[in-house]
Parts: sequence; C-alpha cells; structure tokens
Amino acid sequence: MSEPFRTDVIVVGGGIMGAAAAFFLRRRGKSVALIERALIGQQASGTNFGNVRRQGRFLPQLPLANRSRDIWGRLNELIGEDAEFLASGHLRVTYDDEMTARIETYARDALPYGLDLQIIGGNRLRERFPFLGPEVRAGSYAPHDGHANPRLAAPAFGRAARREGASVFERTEIVAVERDAGMFRVEAADGRVFRAEQLMIAAGAWGNRLSEQFGEPVPLVTHGPQMAVTEPIPYALEPVLGVSTTKLEETVYFRQVKRGNIVIGGAARGPASADTQRASVKPENTLLQFTQITRVVPALARLNIIRVWSGVESYLPDDIPIMGPSAKVPDLYYAFGFCGHGFQLGPGVGDVMAELISTGQTTTPIEPFSIARFASAPA
Amino acid sequence: MAEPRVIIVGAGPAGVRAAETLVAAGLRPTVVDEGRRDGGQIYRRQPEGFARSSAELYGTEAARAEALHATFDDLRPKIDYRPGHLAWNVADGHLHVVHDGSAEALPFDAMIVAAGATDRLMPVKGWQHAGVYSLGAAQIALKSQGCAIGRRVVFLGTGPLMQLVAAQYRKAGAQVVALLDTSRLWHQIRALPKLVSRPDVLAKGVGLAASHLLAGTMVRRGVTPVEIFGDADGGVSGVGVRLVSGRDLRLACDAVALGYHLRPETQLADLAGCDFTFDAATRQFWPVIDEDGRSSVPGIYLAGDGVRIQGADGAEIAGQLAALAVLADRGRSAPTEQISRLRQQRRAMERFRAGISEAFPWPHHLAAGLAEETVVCRCEGITAGELRAVVHDKGADEMNRAKALSRVGMGRCQGRYCGHAAAEVVAAATQLSPAVVGRLRGQAPVKPLAIRTRRAAP
Amino acid sequence: MSPLQPRFVRLAETDRPTVTIAVDGASVEALEGDSLLVAVLTRAGHLRHSEFGPEARAGFCLMAACQDCWMWTHDGDRLRACDTPVRAGLSVLTQPPDMPWPNRV
Repeated sequence: MSEPFRTDVIVVGGGIMGAAAAFFLRRRGKSVALIERALIGQQASGTNFGNVRRQGRFLPQLPLANRSRDIWGRLNELIGEDAEFLASGHLRVTYDDEMTARIETYARDALPYGLDLQIIGGNRLRERFPFLGPEVRAGSYAPHDGHANPRLAAPAFGRAARREGASVFERTEIVAVERDAGMFRVEAADGRVFRAEQLMIAAGAWGNRLSEQFGEPVPLVTHGPQMAVTEPIPYALEPVLGVSTTKLEETVYFRQVKRGNIVIGGAARGPASADTQRASVKPENTLLQFTQITRVVPALARLNIIRVWSGVESYLPDDIPIMGPSAKVPDLYYAFGFCGHGFQLGPGVGDVMAELISTGQTTTPIEPFSIARFASAPA
Repeated sequence: MAEPRVIIVGAGPAGVRAAETLVAAGLRPTVVDEGRRDGGQIYRRQPEGFARSSAELYGTEAARAEALHATFDDLRPKIDYRPGHLAWNVADGHLHVVHDGSAEALPFDAMIVAAGATDRLMPVKGWQHAGVYSLGAAQIALKSQGCAIGRRVVFLGTGPLMQLVAAQYRKAGAQVVALLDTSRLWHQIRALPKLVSRPDVLAKGVGLAASHLLAGTMVRRGVTPVEIFGDADGGVSGVGVRLVSGRDLRLACDAVALGYHLRPETQLADLAGCDFTFDAATRQFWPVIDEDGRSSVPGIYLAGDGVRIQGADGAEIAGQLAALAVLADRGRSAPTEQISRLRQQRRAMERFRAGISEAFPWPHHLAAGLAEETVVCRCEGITAGELRAVVHDKGADEMNRAKALSRVGMGRCQGRYCGHAAAEVVAAATQLSPAVVGRLRGQAPVKPLAIRTRRAAP
Repeated sequence: MSPLQPRFVRLAETDRPTVTIAVDGASVEALEGDSLLVAVLTRAGHLRHSEFGPEARAGFCLMAACQDCWMWTHDGDRLRACDTPVRAGLSVLTQPPDMPWPNRV
C-alpha cells in the first residue's frame, strides 16, 4: 500500500461548506485534502433553491450570514469565477395582519445586526411590485439580499481551492475515520489513507455517520427540497420572492434568473435517503406549488415548468446547523446539517471554519450551533 | 381476486395491441394517449374533414393501418380511453396525467409504457435555422396536414425513414433536391444476413432505394455533413457536405429534413425507476427488458419503439407480449403456445432491428469534428465549444455534470434532441466511452407542464 | 428566403373550409383542421425567435416533443403551435407581448 496522504487538515465532504473551507484554509496557509464521495457540490449544495437571503433567519445566525453576504459580494474577484450572484433584493410577503406584525418585529430586531429591512404595505407595495396578487398584505424588502446559481457555486469553490493548492479528491468514498496518536486517519474505500492533525466533517446528510464514530451522534433526518423551473421568459421579476407564514404549504419562494427561467421551491418537503443518495419530487408537491405561487404572482399561471429536481438535505430538530469544534475530540470540527438554509451561509461557514481551525477561535459568534447541544440526547 | 388496474401509455401499434389482448382477457384497461386520435405517429389518423385514402396516407402499410384503426374502434367501448392526456410523471404506483389543465393521479397495478420514438439527431452547424426539421416532422407535415416543409427539400442523415419520407415527398409532388446519406452501401450489404430475417421489409427497402435512382433524384452516400447554410431571419438557404471523394458539395434549398434513425422515448421508464443499460451497438442507454417487455421494476412493462426500435410490426407483437406478461404476472393463465409464437416473431424483429442499426449506423464520429460554433442544444443555444469548455476547463467528464455546468440539455425538450449527441461530444473530448460518460437522468415533467394546471375535482 | 415568404407548401387537402386567425395583428386565412404551426408557416417563414440566439425559429419535430414552436397570445399565454388546432378568431404573436409579463393577470 502506498504512503498515507499527509496534510495539515482533512476536509470530508465536498459541498459548498467543505469546498469553501478548503479554499479559505489554503488562504491561511494550511495544506488541505478535500475528500468527496461523488462530485463537488452534487447534493444539497447543488440542488437547493439558490437563495442568498439573510432576512427571516434565526437572529443569532445573522453575524455569520452577514459575513457570508460580504463574501458573496466579492466572490468573483475572490475565486475568479462567476456563480451568478445577483443582489436583486429579496421580498417576503404576508397574507395576514399577524404575520405582518411578525415581520415588523423581525425588522426591528434585525436592525442592530445591520440588516436594513423595509416594511412596505398597501398601495406603496403594489406601486413598487405591481405583479403581486390581491391576497398579499405587506412585504419585508431586503435590498441587499439576492440569489446565486447553486449548480455553479460549490464546484467553483472546489476549483478555486485546487488552484490555491488544495488536494481535491472526488469520487472518493470514506470507509473509516479515526484518531490515534494525535493524528486523524481517514481511509477510503479503495485503500488510500489520508492523515492530518485536524479534521473537518462537512458531510451534510452523511455528517452524523462520521460524528457518531467520534461518540457524538446527532438526531439528523433527511428531506429533499421540491424544486421546479419554468421555461425562459423575458427578465422582469427582480427580487427573490417568498411567503412569510406559519403554514408549511404556503411557504413557497421563487426567483427569476437573468436568462429568464424562474426557479421555484417550497410548500413541502419530499422524500430523501442518505442510503441511496437519492431524493425525489412528489408530483402532488409540484401541483401544490402551482396553487401557492400564483397567489403571490398570479401571472405565473401563464407559464410552464420544464423540469423538477431534488437532493438530499439534512435537518436537525431545532432547525439550526451543527457548526464548530467537537465537544469531545480535540482538533475535530463540524459543519453540517444546515436544515435547508445553508447555501447563503456556505462561503461564510468556509471562512469562519478556516479561521477557527487555523487560530482556534473565531471573530463571528457560532456558539448556538455547537454539537454539544445534543450531547445528552439519546443516540 | 380483484381485477388488476392496468394503464397503457400510448395508442400506437404497441398500445392498441396491448389493449386488445387485455380486453380479450376480460380486463378494462385505461389507455392514456397524448394524441387527439389513436394510431400513434406511424399510423397517425389525419384530422376530421381530411379526405385522403389510407393508401395515400400509409402506402404499402395501408392494410395494417386500417386493421389497427378498426381494432381500436372496436375497443373504444371496452376501455377507458384518455386521448389528449399528457402522462407527465409517475410515482408511488400512480401515473400522473394532465388533460385540459386538469391533473389526475391514476393508480395502477401494472403499467405498459408504449410511448413511441422520436428522431435521433446529430447536430450540424446551422441546424438551428428555421426550415430545418426532423425527418419525422417532414413526414407528419405531409401525413397529417398535407404539406411539404418547403419548396426544395434536402434529406440529410440516414435510416429507413429518410428513404421512405423522401419517396413520399416525391410522390406527393414536392421537389426532393437530394438524399445525402451518411451511411455507405457496404454498411447495408454487411447487414444483409440480419436484414433477411424480414425478407418482405427488406424488399420494400430495396424498392424504395431503387425508386430514388429511377426518379433521377440525387443520392449521395457516405457524406460528411458540414453545414446547413442560412441566415437568422430567412432561415435555411442550402446544405454543404463533403463527399466520399473528398470534394465538397453545396446544394441550394429552403428546407432540410434531418435525422439519423430513431430513439426510444424512455422518460416514463426512467421516472418509474427502471434500470438502463448501455447498448454498445447503437451507443445509447436504454431500459433493461426481458423478452416479453418486463422492466426491472415489478409492474412496469415496456413495449414498442418506446424501448426498442423494431418498427410498427414489431410494436404490435411487443404490445401483445407485454399484455400477456401482465396477465401471467397477475396469476392469469398464460396461453403458452401464443406466447412462444410471439416470442419467436419478436426474435426475428429484434434481429432485423439490429440489422437496421448496422445498415444505417449512428454517425457518432461526427461529434468529434463539430465546429466549435455548432449549436448542440437548440433549446438553450449551447455550442459544441461551450460544452467542450466545461469538459476541459471544469473537469466535467460525466453527462449530468456537463449539463449542470454548461446548460446543455437543460431546455424545454430536456435533452431529447441533443442528449445522445452531447454525450458523444463529451466522450470525444474526454476520450471516454459514452458508456462511462453516462446519460442525462430523466426529470419530470415529461413535457412542459402549465402552472395553471390544477388537480381535477374528485 | 424573406421572413414574409411562406415556408410550408400545401400539396393536398386544400379543399377545406377556411378559418381566419391573426398573426402579429395581421389576418391570416387558414383551413379547418390546420395546426397553428401549419396555418402560420403556410403564410410566413417563422413562428418565433430563439431566446438565446439571433435566429428565427419555425418548429422542428411537429410532434410536441422538441418544444421549439411555442408562440404567445396577447395575454401572454403560451401555445405550442404544432399541436394547437386553429379556431376562428385565434390571435397569436411571434414575440412576447410588450407589457412586462408579471404585471398581467
């Protein structure tokens, strides 16, 4: 057998978190092996909606989201590739007074975090966004949020990491992870061995299988986003649109890309399996989305969808991710389980994790995401 | 035992014979068809109010067409016939259909998919111009609407359909400028041992080929397509090919009928989760079936040109076999003799199919030579150069990754018309086999689905 | 060929009653039983323009598979020309209506 592949850090999982972390670790001078079972950005990172949205997030997550938004804004110069990020604005609409009150409260609470949300109602809302349907009461407009192309972003980070000198191993399945004599040892299915002082697990829906091996199981479950896209039509729908509601079936969101297609998601979650690595869109969910998106923009009824897709996403019971150092094993780090809202965070997570791994601390607070919160949970 | 709920998708030769077989066994199948009338593409019935005879429409196949139509007319009261229904998805034992803006989920115990075929295409520079049609389209214009696709038509490509449609055009009074065939005569001669398995069809084919020569139509074999000339506003103005001699031939025309034989419509099989396998002879992935049409998924049966291009006669046999397989698998007694006779006939059809694909080979080698600016994906306007760039610059050596990064096959037709050629472009650029490059995964909806669509009231 | 020149040629079945439709506002005589595609292309050279290239498009497969022949109505609805039968009074456009689509209901 050949000599182990030796680096400072091993990153397991080539989604947007792992690929971005590998890139930023190289920027901090660490040698990195990025190991991906299939291809970079194929699962949740490549199949999600593409929201670069901060508003509506769990407030303590906003500093991280802000840091990420800053990177999105200079992504092209940073990684030398275009992931179609568009600071198009983001509008969350409401159907009733209760939700309108909630978005008003949220706007007030988010202000200290630097998020400048505009609450718009009545005639002003319709003057500004004349395509909104009659049921829409009010909207919370985030002028600096937007969207990007998930098919491009993670692979672009992977290539940028490689250009910076990271060793990227695609189509490399991991069969064993362990720590001995102060070093991590990662073994691939084909017998190759990787060794490093530090290990970051960014394996998405498969993160739990690895954290478990270090005595830190978490109650991770899988779902598939229910995505659809229309035929291309002239670009006219600038902001990303979403519905602020407590009813799952009303939670649709959609965005128009510059080329003209409208990407649609939400209203339901679909089946996804970590074992088969497959997720699907239930036909009834597609039809449900039709009903819901035309409440927001009735003119969508005139269009056709041409494709649906899904991917394997992972969720935790409190709907926030696992991110930060292991609570049990030194030099072990986690970033997975982003509960369907990780895409916007990806570049920021990569940056923060690289800072944490190379300096032992981070200037952005991430304590709420510690794996320690599940320490007493039954396995 | 409760009567099994059987859905047949498609009312062409395979679908109609499957329905007939099930009805004969006392079942009442549901026949879902996208067409407004039965017959499929091959025996397409012209709209109400059209007056041409069967002989004019179907030529030597008139009797078979009439027999199929008559069978279906008799079946009408005995089946649940759903014309104008698009089968857009299949999941969890339900076929999802849409008709007139109304969506329904039809439960089934068994489903026979007989979805037919579409033209197999290899791009050529300029094929995006108005006035370039698939060979199938050229035939439909004539058969269903009494029209030619232009005043001066060049037929470019290969396959039995090209020979047939060119003859139909000439007979109908259209000007056939030339048949420019990428296959060579020796391909056809080499395939003779297989083609003699259906001597009557072989004789018809030889007769067709001879008719072009007798009529003085220009026929060139072994051509390398170079360009379809034209401009953005006016469309096609000519065709350029390189002849075997190495000389360039340029012909003026205002329409091109382009096609390289046919490919099965396998989207529903794919959405149903059927296993696919790579066929090295024809260089395509197709669903795995047994000799009766059972797929790898219990309850899903595949028949006709929608799974193997055996033609209309083969489809009639395959439809019966699939229906008999459904009955056998549902515990009905199986007519052993009939099944073994049909299987034997089908083996001859399969041998002939293999012969046809050797006689008119898919010109995969053309993919490597496509000029960089050649549009590969007509829907999204993606060129060969853009596709090769994601292979070379971004390491996309697998078809779905090449799609994700280049948008090839991402348009309205979902790669129906560029998928095979795009795989060849990637294969040539990576020096890998298309078996390794893979195939575009099927994604619903099978055809564009209107957002206006609502669930039918129960 | 000029864009105004008809592309398709009728060779048979010309003895049908006529139906009048409108294409880009101009009256077009079609025959009962025509598809929208045939009705337009026996009078003009194209159905629409490609979204991603300079060229006019006139359909490709004629069997509702290639999705090349989608036209517009004045309200912004989409019609697939090859499998839409003509009916008297049908009015279609070869390009999107002027008003931005999302503002129409």
